[in-house]
Amino acid sequence: MRVHFKVNGADVDVEVEPRLTLADCLRHRLRLTGTHVGCEHGVCGACTVIVDGAAVRACLMLAVQADGAEVVTVEGLSHDDHLTPLQASFRRHHALQCGFCTPGMITTAHALLTEEPDCDADRVREVLSGNLCRCTGYISIVEAVLDARSAYGHEEREKVLPKGPT
Amino acid sequence: MKLPPFEYACPTRLSDAVALLAAHNGDAKLLAGGQSLVPMLAFRLAAPSLLVDLRKVPDLRRIDISARGVTLGAMVRWCDILSHARLRVAHPLLATAVTHVAHYQIRNRGTIGGSIAHADPAAEIPGIALTCEAEMAVVGSAGARAIKAADFFLGALTTALAPDEIIVEIRFPAWPAARRFGFQEFARRRGDFAMAAAAVWYDQDESGKARNAHVGAIGVGDRPLRLAAVEAVLDGRAIDEAVIAEAEAAASAAVDPQTDIHASADYRRALAGTMVERALRDAAGAPAGEG
Repeated sequence: MRVHFKVNGADVDVEVEPRLTLADCLRHRLRLTGTHVGCEHGVCGACTVIVDGAAVRACLMLAVQADGAEVVTVEGLSHDDHLTPLQASFRRHHALQCGFCTPGMITTAHALLTEEPDCDADRVREVLSGNLCRCTGYISIVEAVLDARSAYGHEEREKVLPKGPT
Repeated sequence: MKLPPFEYACPTRLSDAVALLAAHNGDAKLLAGGQSLVPMLAFRLAAPSLLVDLRKVPDLRRIDISARGVTLGAMVRWCDILSHARLRVAHPLLATAVTHVAHYQIRNRGTIGGSIAHADPAAEIPGIALTCEAEMAVVGSAGARAIKAADFFLGALTTALAPDEIIVEIRFPAWPAARRFGFQEFARRRGDFAMAAAAVWYDQDESGKARNAHVGAIGVGDRPLRLAAVEAVLDGRAIDEAVIAEAEAAASAAVDPQTDIHASADYRRALAGTMVERALRDAAGAPAGEG
């Protein structure tokens, strides 16, 4: 089947078998290998991409279901010449070791911070519970995500919003 | 594993989707959010010849709240429920239970109709549908009908749906604002399937005694269960420590779970009692202003 969608802002047009997952389509057909495939049944979160603004597991979505959608992968959240604030925060906090889970962590955290720049540590932990990391113990990842909030409007909002009673 | 081969259709009318199911006589599967079906395909537990994607069928994403209750279109996603402020007031038990459903990314695609059709015995919302006496509005070749939750879940991953029937909406009866409720779940990670969960609700008469008690247990049988023995403990009594203890014992005695890789039968039986006890404690202490 022919499917047409956007990946990181660019139009793509690919011929796929219906059984091809979006994850495999991105990796094997579009050569976007930043999206990692871990468990292939929706448990590990490594393949998380952003579809129409929402973080989803690319191994649980068929490429044919992406027809007409806007997909953002971890490649779309980076620049060639500098680190984004989220990437820089991961580096600063040593939020990766082997790096296998990192693309899923970055895409999930980006979706979360875009929607909820004021999220607290509990919310970050709850959201990242859907992404397995076997190296870091998560503490450094949670710290990196919390520290990146300012780049998504967290501090600006704090300045604008009147302080409520504590 | 990679998915087994199948054909794919994406109809734009409900009647076309029904016709495709009927033409394949049980060998076609509906694709809603795909968050249960795609893993089934990956494990080769399902190998349908055709997937019928519902994403272009209109009117399946509505959330209607009225004096008659809450009606959710089958393609309403978990994230739609969680972000719907009025729904939290109109049906707080449903909204509370959904906070336990799956993880962030899954909630962005998983649907209520998909979960109910999948009928995992450890899934939250089939249990809530049963405990709240919801009914499923379905459409098939023979026309439309409504199936009560009590008649819908027949066993693990088995429902009363005919092979050519599609759930179009789930109807929850009206929820009085004063109703007491609690939902408790135990899972290794929040978002994982329940090792056991309990939903409890009751109304109160003028003297503060429980009436119309409903108690459901999840993850401790081959389908969601109503625990009539626990309801009998609660009805007509003020919910105090003694009643809570009695209800906990009655819940453990009423279930007959199996041992599996996650927990032994004895552990699950004890957990079912504990979940009922904690849910009941939430219910008894729930409304603000109680004094």
